[in-house]
Formats: sequence, structure tokens, C-alpha cells
Amino acid sequence: MTAQTDDELWSAIGDPSRRRVLDLVVSNGEVSASWLAGRVPFSRQAVSKHLAVLEEAGLVSRRKQGREVLYQVEADRLDQASRAMADLAAQWDRRLATIKRLAEAAHAENQKRRPS
Amino acid sequence: MPGLVIEGEVLIEAPVDVVWRTLTEPDQMTRWFADRVELVVEPGAHGYMEFGDQGGPVVVETVDPPTRFSFRWNHPRGEDPVAGNSMLVEFTLTPEGDERTRLRVTESGHELLAWPEAEKARYADEHREGWAEYLDRLASVLAEHRSR
Repeated sequence: MTAQTDDELWSAIGDPSRRRVLDLVVSNGEVSASWLAGRVPFSRQAVSKHLAVLEEAGLVSRRKQGREVLYQVEADRLDQASRAMADLAAQWDRRLATIKRLAEAAHAENQKRRPS
Repeated sequence: MPGLVIEGEVLIEAPVDVVWRTLTEPDQMTRWFADRVELVVEPGAHGYMEFGDQGGPVVVETVDPPTRFSFRWNHPRGEDPVAGNSMLVEFTLTPEGDERTRLRVTESGHELLAWPEAEKARYADEHREGWAEYLDRLASVLAEHRSR
């Protein structure tokens, strides 16, 4: 995890209520802010703010249909985020495995030195 | 915990003090973590870690031998790392008998400070999955929609 864009992405999905909004957009396809506001325990205004942050992070995009603005998820960006997260998790798994190997080797060494 | 990014755990067949030394001694850290480690393991100490041609500052947060060690990194250059602008890496060591230790790591960040505690707890209950699982699930829901 290096670039500023990633920071934007993580902070966008780091907020639980934004994750809830993103969840709803993902599982319902194209939706409007007022449709979303009817399904979350916070105001329409808060929904709009969350959508703006998600849009800024590239996770959702919008288009106008008549008088309505519809939001949908940006699948490529989501895939990219998912892969980056899996990489990060794999990195920690590798580090933990190395710590295990080093500590167990050090422990075996200590045991050998100890007079029985 | 909202804002949680990654969690990992490993069971190590060694006493907790051995694991603690492996985890925190700079010459050991270069073997499992960064290529170069300049770090004094003391709360508030500023250090530096280098990975290949990339490097960055780290700031030690908690040192509680032999069970807790944490540091912050990935904060913007020139700023002090605090909750909200950095990632927090936390290690927890739990002895399981004399010769076995459970080591847990979490990396989290960008916590929303304004989120009320009760709401945090409720949400954490509903969403026990880690971020990797969360994104994985979203991606698979999405794939299902596409194939329809």
C-alpha cells in the first residue's frame, strides 16, 4: 500500500456507514440517493455526503436519468481494491510465518544450550 | 472494530519472551520485516524502515513486554501520525502454556473519530468479517449481478 489513491480508497471504505451505503449500491445495481436514504438509519444529507466520498475514491459513478441521479458501483475499482487488500493480507501472513520460523529456531537453539 | 483493515494470527511453538525478542529486536526485524530497520523500541520513538528502494518513517506507540507492541506508519510526510492520517499495526502476544505463544497482528487505520462508541460496537457485531472478506464478498455479489 503506497499511493495516495489507496489512502483515499481505504478511508472511503473505512467508515462503517459508507460501507453500508456501498453494500446497498452493490447489491441493488443502480440506485438513487433517496432510495438509499429510505434504507439506512441516517439522513438523506448524510447519504449524499457518503456517495460523494465514494465517488471521489472512484468506487461509484453516477448518471442522470430524467430528474433523477442514479449511482452504480465501479466494478474495476472494486476489483482493484479487493486485490490490493488480499496482497496486504498475504504480506502479513508471510511475515507471521517468518516470525514463527525464527522464534521456533531460536527456542530450539536455547533448549540445546540448556544443560539437561 | 470499524476501520479494521487486516488481521492475522499464528501459533508459535516457543515461549512468549522468545517471540517478543524476535518481534522487537531490530536485527531480528530485518529478517522478517524490512530490509533496514532503525528503531528504538520505546513508546513515542521515531524510527525508519526501508523496503527495497522504498522507505518510510514509523512511530512506536505501545511497548508492553512481552505482550503488546504497536507502531504507526503510512502517515503523510511532515505530519505526526495520529488516528485518522496513518495506519496502526498492533501485535498481541498471548502465552498458551510455557512453550507456546499465540501471535496476532492487526493493521487498521482511518478510524472515524466522530462515530459514537455504541454505534461502533453495534456495527462491529454485525460485521465481524475483515476487510479482505468484505471486499471479496462485494466482488462476488457484483460478479453474480454481471452474469445475470
